[in-house]
Amino acid sequence: MLFGIYSLLSAGIFVGLDAVDVAFTEAAVGGGISTILMLGALSLIGKKQEAGHSNAGMAVVIVTLTGAMLIYGTLDFPGFGHPEAPVHQHVAPRYIEQSPQEVGVPNMVTSVLASYRGYDTLGEVAVIFTAGIGVLTLLSGRRRHKKKNPGS
Amino acid sequence: MEHHLVLRVVAKLMVPLILLFALYVQFHGDYGPGGGFQAGVIFGAGFILYGLVFGVDRAHRVATPGVLIAFAAAGVLLYAGVGVVSLLLGGNYLDYGVLSHDPVHGQHLGILLIELGVGTTVASVMITLFYAFAADADMEFTDDEEANE
Repeated sequence: MLFGIYSLLSAGIFVGLDAVDVAFTEAAVGGGISTILMLGALSLIGKKQEAGHSNAGMAVVIVTLTGAMLIYGTLDFPGFGHPEAPVHQHVAPRYIEQSPQEVGVPNMVTSVLASYRGYDTLGEVAVIFTAGIGVLTLLSGRRRHKKKNPGS
Repeated sequence: MEHHLVLRVVAKLMVPLILLFALYVQFHGDYGPGGGFQAGVIFGAGFILYGLVFGVDRAHRVATPGVLIAFAAAGVLLYAGVGVVSLLLGGNYLDYGVLSHDPVHGQHLGILLIELGVGTTVASVMITLFYAFAADADMEFTDDEEANE
């Protein structure tokens, strides 16, 4: 439930940042499908959890260290939305200036995603396909196992 | 689920609208926000809503798991196939400009086709995942009932 609310909120943030395509995806995937899949997974694994003997202190130390290192890494970043930032200097101007002539699709996100970055998107589709097959393999193996042992 | 009358009536009204909206997002992605991925997820969500309200068995009758797996593979193949066709027509892999006499028109055609491939794969995989989870969840419930008896 919290995941779904979080996704809808971040979809609102993306709309505020004028990234309508990303907001669309976040609302549909994060707010819709993954909430349902999360609930489905919860109903599969049941309500009870075995009491683990985890080392909470060690985990807190590792998480704090990793977080501190990540924050330290952001110190070198250019300012948020800075026009001189490398991301705005490299290929983005070409996409913005040339895509109406080269691709001619009004939605620039689509032209970057499908045409300039066609390989990336092909890889993403392959990843989704592979993930689907992986989940199917895992869950169907579980079912077959159950059918073999109806008594247990 | 036989007794949720309001839910069933509302879902019956919603599902066609969701599927129609998914198709709009799919084929209007060039001009407005959206594209194959979003359309596939929305299309899948329509099916999942149907499956949740009317039961997975009835959803199975609309889209059988085997057909879905075939569609998921077909989407990836369509995408990769567009790349191969552009190779054969003398361009680079996934260079849609050679698909038509006018490069811009070729780009339109290529993007439309690959977005269709993306949408097909995403929708099929989403529905397949839902089936996989729902089938096991149903078994869990029956197991629990048997255990209670």
